[in-house]
Amino acid sequence: MNGGNLPSPQQRKKRVSKINKVLVIGSGPIVIGQAAEFDYAGTQACKALREEGVTSLLVNSNPATIMTDEGIADIVYIEPLTVEVIGRIIERERPDGLLPTLGGQTGLNLAVDLANAGILDKYNVRSLGTPIDTIRKAEDRQLFKKMLMDIGEPVPESTIATSMEEARQAVDTIGLPVVIRPAYTLGGTGGGHASTMDEFEYIAAIGLAVSPAHQILVEKSVVGWKEIEYEVMRDAADNCITICNMENIDAMGVHTGDSIVIAPSQTLSDNEYQALRSASIRIIKALGVEGGCNIQFALAPHPMLADHWPPGGSGNLYEHVKDGCPPYYVIEVNPRVSRSSALASKATGYPIARVAAKIAVGKRLDEIVNQVTGKTMAAFEPALDYMVVKIPRWPFDKFASGDRYISTQMKATGEVMAIDRTFEAALQKAVRSLEIGGKSLLWEDPSWKDESPLEPSDLRLWSIMASLRRGVSPDRLAIETAIDPWFMYKLNNIVQMERRLLSEPLTPQLLWEAKRLGFSDEQIGTLADRLPEQVRDLRYNWQIIPVYKMVDTCAAEFDAESAYFYSTYERENEAEPLTGDKAVVISSGPIRIGQGIEFDYCCVHSSWALQEAGYKSIIINSNPETVSTDFDTSDRLYFEALDEESVRDVLENEGIASTPTMVQFGGQTAINLAEPLFRSGMPILGSSVDAIDEAEDRHRFENLMNRLGIPQPPGSTATSVEEALNVAKLIGYPVLVRPSYVLGGRAMEIVHNATEVIHYMKLAIETHSRHPVLIDKYLEGKEVEVDAICDGEQVLIPGIMEHIERAGVHSGDSMAVYPALSLTNDEVQTLVEYSTRIGLGLHVKGLMNIQYVIMPGDGGSSVYVLEVNPRASRTIPFISKVTRVPMVRIATKVMLGQSLKEQGYKGGLWKTQNLVAIKAPVFSMSKLGGVDTYLGPEMKSTGEVMGVDYTFGAALAKALLAADLMLPSEGSILLSIADHDKPEALPIIRQLSSLGYNLYATEGTAAMIEAEGMPITMISKKLGEGHPDILDVIRDGTVKGVVNTVTGERGPLADGFQIRRVAAEKRVPCYTSLDTLKAAVEASTNGEQSFSVQPLREYLTEQKG
Amino acid sequence: MSGKSKKAFLVLEDGSAYEGYSFGADVSTHGEVVFNTSMTGYQEMLTDPSYAGQIVVSTYPLIGNYGVNSDDAQSNRIQVAGFVVREECHLPSHWNSRSTLHEYLLSSGIPGIVGVDTRAITRRLRVAGVMMGMITSEPPEEALQQLAKMPRYDDIDFVQQVSTDTMYRWDAPAGQDPHYHIVVVDCGLKFSILRYLNRLGCACTVVPSTTSADDILNLKPDGVLLSPGPGDPDLPYLEKTVCGLLGKKPIMGICLGHQLIARAFGGRTYKLKFGHRGANHPVRDLESGKVNITAQNHGFAVDADSIKGGLEVSHINLNDGTVEGVRHRELPLLSIQYHSEASPGPQDTVNAFERFLEMVRG
Repeated sequence: MNGGNLPSPQQRKKRVSKINKVLVIGSGPIVIGQAAEFDYAGTQACKALREEGVTSLLVNSNPATIMTDEGIADIVYIEPLTVEVIGRIIERERPDGLLPTLGGQTGLNLAVDLANAGILDKYNVRSLGTPIDTIRKAEDRQLFKKMLMDIGEPVPESTIATSMEEARQAVDTIGLPVVIRPAYTLGGTGGGHASTMDEFEYIAAIGLAVSPAHQILVEKSVVGWKEIEYEVMRDAADNCITICNMENIDAMGVHTGDSIVIAPSQTLSDNEYQALRSASIRIIKALGVEGGCNIQFALAPHPMLADHWPPGGSGNLYEHVKDGCPPYYVIEVNPRVSRSSALASKATGYPIARVAAKIAVGKRLDEIVNQVTGKTMAAFEPALDYMVVKIPRWPFDKFASGDRYISTQMKATGEVMAIDRTFEAALQKAVRSLEIGGKSLLWEDPSWKDESPLEPSDLRLWSIMASLRRGVSPDRLAIETAIDPWFMYKLNNIVQMERRLLSEPLTPQLLWEAKRLGFSDEQIGTLADRLPEQVRDLRYNWQIIPVYKMVDTCAAEFDAESAYFYSTYERENEAEPLTGDKAVVISSGPIRIGQGIEFDYCCVHSSWALQEAGYKSIIINSNPETVSTDFDTSDRLYFEALDEESVRDVLENEGIASTPTMVQFGGQTAINLAEPLFRSGMPILGSSVDAIDEAEDRHRFENLMNRLGIPQPPGSTATSVEEALNVAKLIGYPVLVRPSYVLGGRAMEIVHNATEVIHYMKLAIETHSRHPVLIDKYLEGKEVEVDAICDGEQVLIPGIMEHIERAGVHSGDSMAVYPALSLTNDEVQTLVEYSTRIGLGLHVKGLMNIQYVIMPGDGGSSVYVLEVNPRASRTIPFISKVTRVPMVRIATKVMLGQSLKEQGYKGGLWKTQNLVAIKAPVFSMSKLGGVDTYLGPEMKSTGEVMGVDYTFGAALAKALLAADLMLPSEGSILLSIADHDKPEALPIIRQLSSLGYNLYATEGTAAMIEAEGMPITMISKKLGEGHPDILDVIRDGTVKGVVNTVTGERGPLADGFQIRRVAAEKRVPCYTSLDTLKAAVEASTNGEQSFSVQPLREYLTEQKG
Repeated sequence: MSGKSKKAFLVLEDGSAYEGYSFGADVSTHGEVVFNTSMTGYQEMLTDPSYAGQIVVSTYPLIGNYGVNSDDAQSNRIQVAGFVVREECHLPSHWNSRSTLHEYLLSSGIPGIVGVDTRAITRRLRVAGVMMGMITSEPPEEALQQLAKMPRYDDIDFVQQVSTDTMYRWDAPAGQDPHYHIVVVDCGLKFSILRYLNRLGCACTVVPSTTSADDILNLKPDGVLLSPGPGDPDLPYLEKTVCGLLGKKPIMGICLGHQLIARAFGGRTYKLKFGHRGANHPVRDLESGKVNITAQNHGFAVDADSIKGGLEVSHINLNDGTVEGVRHRELPLLSIQYHSEASPGPQDTVNAFERFLEMVRG
């Protein structure tokens, strides 16, 4: 009796001609508000299209994605995401459909632009998934509001403004507080909440500036109301389902991307749940979306809070209850796959992007199999039997000076998710997943005494915990924070358990209860005065070990085929150890600055390589946005925190002896686990823990380099100001200083003189007196990077990359060029020779990344090694793509014991390709107030793009175009150059002048330019001494580009800092390195006019034409 | 922490036992153990008469978060024999909450068990099928012995236990002349059915399940609604009533009511292995091809192959292909297995009541 596949003639008739070839637009580089979730979505979509027999054609500028790999989409273009470029692709490929709903807001905006430019009509391309009109409706606040009012859905009172005058009128009618939302921006960029007129003026002005349509919405504030989201799907036959709903713990007023979010909702009755569900379905039907849609509601807060949060105070909300549901408003609709839908997919097991792609090409929900159960159809609603907590990952560990307060403008770079059967446990597990320096919920800021700050910030969760510990009542905290009392009661449960662990003897019962509330062994150890390892021993003696339960979309109603598990302290374990050869890939956790999507790329490839080698692959990860946590990437997925306890528990569950671990692919997260795992007897594949230590330990590394005869920049350590001054004097200025306790460029600075050394040392000693400071000669040479694979016998180097910015700029923030065009044969040979020596000398098995600096000299140049990382680097996807050497696959097999030779590769440098590829960094600085944007030794970029072509100029133009770093084609440019850069800047300035740019410059710079006889407008950098000052000309759009190199003085009060911030907020390209500027000038003179647009594969195979 | 101190067991008749803590009333109970996968609506579930004689396991682990109120109950009392949850919330947070889940169960003398691995229990029931079980504080071995002596769920007519003893009326909304008069045969009625009819302008007369067809027709109804209800639809007295109504008045049957209609036409019903209980069941309307998500609560189903007498299958369950609705080629019948009244569950199919009233309109 299987009626599941009965035909339905009426619906079939409605179908239009079959779609054969679909253009999928990717979301471009990772920026705040648009992270790895779109790689996940796009990858799923391309695979789904293939299953449907549709040719997928993909364009994305981001090389670090799985979706741009061979084998995912049928035809891949890695090209800038501009209307012109996509127009050329459409002209060439003639797709019959465009799927813009999987590339985030970038995809939607481009679809609208392509439609507006008439390109879709001209080439007969149908927009699939979401009609263009619907995109316009959802994004244009006025149309959106009207559409909702037409179907009877409530929206907060609001007015559109396109000027400051209109904005002021709007606030007069609506009354403060208001929310300001710019139209057509990502992640709430430029928006904000205003309670005072001053705030209003400030935010409205920015909002108008950043909106591409110069349009803002001034809206009645519902700050403090509950924020509830629904993920809805609809097919062309008008079947609708909701995948799940989510409740934001942080009430309205905090961007959902910056909120702690749970699924499903916890404080809604069935009446409320269903009222909002029904509203969601009415909305998606009215919008006519074919695919997925995210809908956000504000729901009246608990009466306890309603009086304290506007507009609740303006009357009794609960007099307006309808069918058991108090008042609500529709806040936002995203007619596309979103960050929330990635979260919903991972939270429920329902593959939203996959289903959305199939719907877009004409499938109905009841024709698509639910791959998780393998038995049921996609037309159903997941039932959860666990709860999910998502916590954003903010970059304030990197940007200590950044403004930590959060509101309607998203600041998080990534997120973690945790699953468990109690809220407390899911929350604590999510906190452990954040990887913020071992900060459990027990952490408190030393400055919190009796009171701790309760305004929304990245630290608020900890601050609330601190308040509860000091006896502040949960109800009072609920009122002050607008967080529903339910969550406060739950947090208070955690505090009560802390007290019990502090005061009661640690019995099996108490330990069991603590584990069921998500306390880590380390927390329990801290509270019950034991070492974490002792707690672990007790647990195993008492048989208090986690079991693993399946995420099956159906709450165990059906026998599912899913391989997706989470740990919990319950009775029944469902994850029997996998049989046969297997290995674990430790992934990289949340996306953060310095550890981006590249590492997820590596983990995914390692998982595939394991499978290819006949192994079962097991992935452990905590990041819901990723391809690595997709249901079909591995043979088994454990969604767990990447800390020692969780990883060891998983390995114990699988059987330690039979489950070796790969730690090379998940960035610093994974490599940091090598030592503890090794210590507890867990087998590690690839380079040994000793090799890792030898590369990381300064003294051991120095010895090794001496032994291998490879020069390093001279340097030493210092613990006092005097010592530091001596060292610096000895090796000569400028020097590179950094604390010895951090890795990867944090707190690293280049100092030019004794004053700066004293300043730095004083600060370093104040904060971390026990740790010495490392002082190295700063070699201002050409920086070169090598990724290589070593099997113990040979070293394979697929390619050498040369940085455009000289050494001193973090490699993650530099533009990298492949092949290294300006190196001499001797230099290349030296690099190959050194890399081979290092790989063999360190006994690397697998991947390594080496950074070198090349210094010119009288008797020829010299090569110095700066750093060796025996693990996957950020450039692996880039170099793998442009050389076609599948580095992760080869390395994984090396780690399994297959030599390079056995795999058909030999050592040395791989043949150089007939193309030029340039990787350029992308920053999210407009979203991070208070963060200085200059390029330096600390990494600041959030993502990257690639420009590839046959010539340097064309590749460069594309890279800059894709990274939004292109010089304006004409207009004015502002110059403010540090004294020590002036001589070098002069020729570039001359070029700018001859290209016809109007030049503005600050006092000193202007004097130099004038002296050279070039026309110049001098503009004062003295702030507060009359207008227009230097900030005004940026703010009011007079200048379209800024060049500002840094001096030693970089505090927030310095004018340079102000210039860079205003440029970031106004989204004016700002060059802080003369090297970048030089490249940009070069690109606008030579590159832009003549670049190619063609699939990546063609660059790799065709000869230069 | 309510009840956390006292240990309790859920014991299944196959010998499996799950240790937890007692909450609600501290008494033993027995019944057929079933699971429901809905994530919200526990108060509606507890008061749904179709759960009479059953111990309900909630697969969603956090229950009681929004407390208990005076609006959401579907009947005048808690109907389940016992309630099994992973965690009960003793500090609820909701504008409409009047008491906690624990207090609610306690005041009705209904026991619950908390702290058990509800997913393990669900998996057991999925594999072995629903079975009798006990919530008790006695050792599992003793409970098993007692359980063997208890009457079995399938042998009891719960419909008569849950039906109203006397006839009562729900008038049309104040100040309105009723559009239609609907007689509702209470086999285990949920209030929301009356609320929906009422909202559509109907006056309702609710009659006991034992009311004869003649007595119903004497009430001069414009249409008759056969309500959902608990247990096996093999109830000859109700079949007779339905036969006496066929062709005389438009009839709407929901859940048990639907099964009674199929049986009245000579169709067979059978027991499902673990039933359909939840808020996410996809149902396809065979005529339009459309799929709706429905609320369900039933352990028995109509055998599609047995359908005769002018009936035909109109709806099927997309998960397992079982019959979700029948229609008659000539007679005005609206017969659905799922709960168009939702409560708890999605409201996608509430228009079934309007469709019924169109039949009534003629």
